[in-house]
This record gives sequence, C-alpha cells and structure tokens, in this order.
Amino acid sequence: MSTPLLQVRNLHTSFSIDSGEVRAVNGVSFNLERGKVLGIVGESGSGKSVTAYSILRILVDPGKITEGEVLFEGEDIVKYPPKKMRQFRGNKVSIIFQDPMTSLNPTYTIGNQLTEAILLHTDRNRREARARAKEMLTLVGVNEPAKRLKQYPHELSGGMRQRVMIAMALACEPDILIADEPTTALDVTIQAQILELMQDLQRKLGMAIIMITHDLGVIADMCDEIIVMYAGCVCERGTADEIFYNPRHEYTKGLMRSIPTIGKKSEKLIPIAGSPVDLLNLPKGCPFAARCDRAMKVCLTERPEEIPINDFHRAACWMNVWQVYEEASKGGDVE
Amino acid sequence: MLKYAVKRILLAMLTVLIIAAITFFAMNAIPGGPFDSEKATDPTTKATLERRFNLDKPLPEQFVLYMRNALRGDFGISLKNGRDITTTIMESFGVSATLGGSAVGLAIFFGLGFGCLAALKRNKIADRLIIFFTTLFVAVPSFILATLLLLIFCLKLGWFDVWTAGGASYALPIVSLAMYPMSYITRLTKSSMLEVLGQDYIRTARAKGVNEAKVIAKHALRNALIPVITYVGPMTAYTLTGSMVVETVFTIGGLGAKFVTGINNRDYPMIMATTIFLAALMVVMTLLSDLLYKAVDPKIDFS
Amino acid sequence: MYSADKIPKKRLLSMQLDLSKFEPATGEEKLQHEQMRASTTFFRDGMRKLFKNPLAVLSLCILLALIAVIVLAPLVVPYGYSEMITVNGKRDKGARNMGPFQYSKLEQDAINEGQKIFPHIFGTDELSRDYFVRVVYGARVSLMIGLFASLIVLLIGLVYGSISGYVGGRVDMVMMRFVDIIYSLPDTLMVILLSVVLDQVLGLALKGTALARVGSNMLSLFIVFALLYWVGMARLVRGQILSIKNNEYVLAARALGAKPGRIIKKHILPNCMGVIFISTALQIPSAIFTESFLSFIGLGVQTPMPSLGSLANAARGALQTYPSKLVFPAVGICLIVLSLNLLGDGLRDAFDPKLRR
Repeated sequence: MSTPLLQVRNLHTSFSIDSGEVRAVNGVSFNLERGKVLGIVGESGSGKSVTAYSILRILVDPGKITEGEVLFEGEDIVKYPPKKMRQFRGNKVSIIFQDPMTSLNPTYTIGNQLTEAILLHTDRNRREARARAKEMLTLVGVNEPAKRLKQYPHELSGGMRQRVMIAMALACEPDILIADEPTTALDVTIQAQILELMQDLQRKLGMAIIMITHDLGVIADMCDEIIVMYAGCVCERGTADEIFYNPRHEYTKGLMRSIPTIGKKSEKLIPIAGSPVDLLNLPKGCPFAARCDRAMKVCLTERPEEIPINDFHRAACWMNVWQVYEEASKGGDVE
Repeated sequence: MLKYAVKRILLAMLTVLIIAAITFFAMNAIPGGPFDSEKATDPTTKATLERRFNLDKPLPEQFVLYMRNALRGDFGISLKNGRDITTTIMESFGVSATLGGSAVGLAIFFGLGFGCLAALKRNKIADRLIIFFTTLFVAVPSFILATLLLLIFCLKLGWFDVWTAGGASYALPIVSLAMYPMSYITRLTKSSMLEVLGQDYIRTARAKGVNEAKVIAKHALRNALIPVITYVGPMTAYTLTGSMVVETVFTIGGLGAKFVTGINNRDYPMIMATTIFLAALMVVMTLLSDLLYKAVDPKIDFS
Repeated sequence: MYSADKIPKKRLLSMQLDLSKFEPATGEEKLQHEQMRASTTFFRDGMRKLFKNPLAVLSLCILLALIAVIVLAPLVVPYGYSEMITVNGKRDKGARNMGPFQYSKLEQDAINEGQKIFPHIFGTDELSRDYFVRVVYGARVSLMIGLFASLIVLLIGLVYGSISGYVGGRVDMVMMRFVDIIYSLPDTLMVILLSVVLDQVLGLALKGTALARVGSNMLSLFIVFALLYWVGMARLVRGQILSIKNNEYVLAARALGAKPGRIIKKHILPNCMGVIFISTALQIPSAIFTESFLSFIGLGVQTPMPSLGSLANAARGALQTYPSKLVFPAVGICLIVLSLNLLGDGLRDAFDPKLRR
C-alpha cells in the first residue's frame, strides 16, 4: 500500500464577490485509500460541498482554489490543463449531487444523458453504450430499464432519479465516487434504500467513496473514517466509533448532544447556541470559539492545530491541550 | 397533446368571434350611419341603400349576417373608394407579409445569436456593447426609428430609394420593424441563458467531463430557448401593429397602411375587416407559439 | 489508512504553553470576536443598492432634470404652446418654420429697434408657434398621460388582483377567466378600435362640458387603458398574493387569530410591494409608447395641444426641409423612455428578492 489514492493537502478555496472574499475552505487535508469510505460531516456552510467541487474543479466562477494541492495517484490535479481535467471528471472521479430532479437535464431522455458519459470516456459505439446504460440501470435496481431509457427525468420518482444519477456516475467505473448529500432530498424510507444500494455497489465494484452529509445517522454505518468540518476547517477526524463515542471537539460534542435517541424519553435536546460564522469575515483563532461555552482566551487568538488523541483520532481543539496539561499537573509524568 | 391542441383551437376561434363582435358593435355605436355623411341622398335612396346593406335589420341579426358573409370571404366594400375589401386585403397582404416575416426572422436570428454571445462573454466588451445597443433600441419606438432612418438614409444620404416594390427598398422598413423585437429577444435570451447556466444539470454535465462548447450547445441552449418561444406570440402582435406605422412612414401600400388610412377616413367597413383579419392573424400566431412551447418543453402537463 | 496518522503529529508538551491563555474567555471577548454585519431593513438595503448603480442614478438625474425643465420652462419662456408669434401686436407670417435660434425678419427689425425678444430655442413650426414650448408642453402631456395611465392600471389591477388572490376558490376562478379573455385580445388593435369609437361618442357627449378642454381623445385614451391594460397587473398581484398567502408566516398569523384585514396589511402587501412598484415603474414608459403610437396615427391628443408623438407625426410632412422638427420630439421620447427603463431596471436589480445573491 504505497501512495494513497487521493491526498488533499491544505486546500483553500474562496469566492471573490463585491463585498469581499468568502473563504469557504480554509486548510483542509485528508487522505483516501482505495476502496475505503470517507465521511465528511458538517452543517450547511461548513465547506464540505465546496471541498468536493474543488477536487473535481467544477467550482462556479467567482470560486477559486487559492492554495493547496489535490494529489490523485500522486499527480496534482489542481495543475491539470482543461483537457486532461475533462478526461478525469466522470471517469476517474465521479460525483452525485443532492437534488436528482434539478441535476438531470429536463429536456433530454435518461438514455441520452446516461450514454453521454459512456460515449465520452470509453471506446464503445452508440449501440454498445446503450447496452452498458441498460446494464447500469439494472445494477442500480431500476426496473424496466429499456423503458426508462426513453423516459424523461420528470417521469421518474425521486428515488429512481437518484439511482439514475448513481448509474450515470458509475458507468465509467471510477476510482472514487463523491456523494454530495445524496439522500437529503429523499424520503426517509427511500434514503435507506439508496444507502443500502451504495454500500452494495461499493462492495461489488470496490470504488472509494467520499460521503458528504449533515446527517450523522447516515454515515455511522458506512464510513471507515469521518471528518467533521466547520467554517471550512477540519475540526475532528477519526473512526466512527471514536467520533460518536469519544468526541473531542466542542462542536462535535454539540452535534452529538443534539441528536435525539430512541429510548431516552425525557431527554432535552440541546441545540448549539449562536449562529454560523460569517465566511466573509473569518475571525482569528478557532472559528467555533464564539459559540463554544468552554472557549478559552487562546481559542480567540490562535487557531488550534489538530491534536492527536490516539492513532485513529485527532481534534483541533485547545481543550485537549488543556486537558493533557491538567492531567499532567494532577500527578504522574507525561510521555 | 391532441386534446390540448383541440381545446386551444376552439378557444382561438372563440376569441376571434369575440373580437369581431366587439368591433362590430363598437363601430355601430358610433352615432350616425355610414350613409349620413355621403352627399345628400334623398330618403328613398337612403332607404334602399340601407336595405341593400341590411342596415334596417336589428343589430344582432346584422352581426350574424356580417359574420356569415365574412366566412364566405365577403367583407363588403370600402366606403372610401367603393372597392371590394377582400380584394384590397389580399393585394396588400403580400407586401405586409414579406415585410413582417423578414423582420421576425431577422429579429429571431440575430436576437438569439447576440443573446447567447452576451451571456457567454458576460461583462466583457461584447456584452457591454450588446447591453448598450439593446437598451437603446428598446427605448426607441418603431415610428421614430422608421422616420429617422427615412430621413438619414433615404432623403439625406440617398442610399436607398423611396419605396418601390423592389428588393432593396425593403431594407430600411425591415430594419425599422425588426430592431425592437431583436433587442428584446437578445435580452430575453441572455437572461434565460444565464439562468440556465446556473442550473444544477449544467454542473452535472461538466462533472461528467463534457467539454464547454457541448455543455452550452447541447445542454444549455435547449432549455434557454423555452422562454423565447413564449415571446413569439406578443412579437407577432407587435410586428403587425408596428407595420402600420412603418408602412405609413415609408409609404408602402401594405395592409397596415390601409388600416391607418381606413381609420383616418372613418371607413368603417374597412376598419372592421382589417381589424378582424389582423386579430385573427395574431390569435393564430399566439396559438402556434403556445403549441410549439408545449411541444418543446417536456415538463409541461397537458391539462 | 487513517489520515489521522499520516499527517505529522506535534508533541504536545513541546509547545510552549502560556497558561494565562487557557483561562475561559468572557462573554464580551466572544462578542468582540465575532463581527456581526449590521442588519438593515429591506427598503434601506434596496435604496442603498439602487444608488450604487450608476446607470440608475444617471437616469434619475435625467428624469429630474427633465421634470425641472418641464415645470420651469413655461415660466421662463414667454410663449404659449398654441400661440402664434406676434411682433408689435401683429401676427408675424414670416416667422414660420424657423430653425433653432433664428429670428424672423420682423423680429429682427424689432430687435434692432431695441426690443427684447426671447430666442426661439427650437425654432418655430409651420403655424409660427414657438417649437421649444410645444416640445416642452408635449413632454409634459406625454409624461402625465404615462403617469395617469399607470396609476389607473395600478389601482384597478391591485384591487382586482388582491380580491381574486385573497378570496380564492370559485370567485378567483371566475375572475381569472375574465382576465384571461381580456388578456387574449390583441391589445393594440383594441386600443385603436376603442379610441376611434370613444373619440366619436365622447366628442358628442362632452360638448360644452369642462372635460371638453381635456379633449375626447385624451379621455378615450384613459378609458381604454382602464379597460384593457390592468389585466397584467391583476395577474401579477394575484400571483404574489397567492404565493405569500401560503407562506408559513401568514399561516402563523392566522393561527394566532389575526383578522384578514390585518394579515393583508401587515404581511401580504409589504412583501408584494417591491414587485408591484417595479411593474408600475416599467408600465409608465410602455404607456408613453402606446400614447405616442396613437398620436402618430392621429388618434392621440387633439391639436393644438401637443404630445411628443403628434409632434413627431406632424414633423413628417416637412422632413426634408426641416428635419430638426422631428429630431427634438424624437429625442424627447427616447430620453424619457430610456431613463424610465433604466430606472425600472435599476429598481428591479435593487429590490427584487429573487435576484439577490
């Protein structure tokens, strides 16, 4: 196991608008190995989608990657020329979006949109491409695939459209599938089906997945590693067990506290106080400090680095440094 | 789709009927019959004339008779020159049709082209120039433009002759008529294109690795055209009424000019006939554009 | 695999710890930390955006300047719009069709004698009337027609649309059918037709009354607008009310027991206002267009009262010899319509919530 499949190193992305610069991603780093599933969790505005778009370089115009590298199999794709980038997209790395209704072109048939990607990246001719499209539809569990190919997006249900999106994304057998909030726009029962489908496909096809969501329940089951993001920064990273049972960042703790659990009857839901940070005026220090009820003076002035908790767990929170210090001063030596 | 088409056609016919009715009763609301202003006719001649033209019957019956005649193609005769109106309309319609049709074609072709250009080169020089000219021309009424063009290019510079039914002299009138719809379509296409380019499915197309040219020509264009199609109806109406002015200014003997002279002469049969004819034309064009719109946009529910 | 261990660690206690920094942060410190953006009302925010738009500001200035000229010019220039030039009490026949700033022979003689004669800024027309005053007056007439027509459209459309939208159900359906029928009629044709008819009918009816001065043409114009053009506004208002009516905050107000009148006044109308205002602003140039078109055909205001459209029409006869007669009213119309359009666009950019980033 040599270089990881994908390495994102110190990624910074901002949008320059009239009133200034909106700093959506501020120094995000992570690795993704072949066949593994990475989950990115965070609220709206945390920069998770922008990170994904930066990787694929499909940012909308005022958005630009201002710093950092994205290494795919060792090569920095930020430096790819447009033609090479187009060969990369939909082929090596694919993405499925949140709202399948608006993500499919309403004026073309499903078949047309499915075969487009296949024709673009493989050597098949039109007939073979259609056959492959039918194959993919069957693989994702769409019934009557031949009929569906001739239909328009608005004729399909929400769950089916998302399956089509998945089929479209996987048609060229990508190494990585990025799923940007794939179930947020769907009913709860359909959500479960789609997630199951994705897990199934991952087992069958062996691609790596980056799962982006704000729903903690969704990623608990699927992910090998989880990253928690806030205000474009990585707050905490670790395995699902670590994050859920031993959260070490005040933001993550807040998230955990706000999930209702079945069984506990008279539990009060504790929301996180305050409002999300203004990305136009990113404050110094830890971006979460203003909302954190355990904030310390250092939190307001200096941005914490990621403090290792154990081999599988890091948190960018000064509390961990303080705790270590407290423990040390209570007695005994430190390593 | 078929059911919808039938329903719309029936509605269109009803509209034309209503317009004809309004026109008819409006014309007859004007005090004084059509023969009052003629050279003094003695009562018996007047009575004969009135009977000949069914003017002695009650109004609703007159209307029915009129419509029956109209459907047979008989619109009566002009009060001014006594000629058969239907013939007059047929003669002058050819010229107007050429004028209007060319103007519409020009407007659509260049409007779409400039609109897409402006959307793609947003905020660059091409866009700014296009914005400048379209804003300007949208504020110039066609009669002003027509008169100015006549003044500059025909009278002062002498580049074009005053109207003959030949090819070159169509140029100025067509331009005068086309500028407003062209500018309007340009702006419409641009904003529609910009809106479409911000949609999610464009993002999907790019994420699939489709090259930029294809993203625009294939994915964006078809969606961007839809609002423009809805403009075809109003544009026809504008062209028809605009032709009245342009034909008057350039002294072209088209249908629009006949309408204007009819009004000025208070030639009521003429006014009625041309109104119904023009209205029917407008209604048909609106109907066609509606049907085209429904055919192109697969999302629309046929109800 | 875990990124946690691939990214270099720092040994914890190798960091120099400044213990004082680890004391809890106070509330004020946290508040200072976050710079909040000042919140403004929708109206103020929109006005700010409007004034940042150079074209909109320019148009506003041009319009204000025009209005100033229209109001002040008759006070400064001693000629009436229907007054034929007289010199020393006698009608000056030689003062016809003069170019800008020209003087007729008689006037020249009078000046040489020491009289002060106000210059004819735009020259004179074929009936020896000062053209500048006519153009200014024509502009005034055109603008007023535009304004009144838009107001009529606004009032009728607003009331009709609000009732239809708010009451809903059967009433709404019937009211909208009616609107659909009128909407499908080709408007310009109907306008022309009705103008012709009303012109005759009103002409007789108004003979001798005070309104006869206004002119049956003008009145018929207003009546036609009142009959036909309100449908667009009614549809707009109804659409707005329908969409707002179903918004949660209206539901909340109803659940709290607010009366319909209060709901309309406090919740629905303020949210519609932006769109309605913009639509009205854009209706004015459209009305002026229609009026000049009708005047051009000969159905507009009656002579001697001028409107920019009728002046342009009259100028056609003398196009080759006196082209300036066309230029002045033409530029007038274009300037007014252009500024109103730009202002309307600017208002839309500033106030339309859908266009916000």
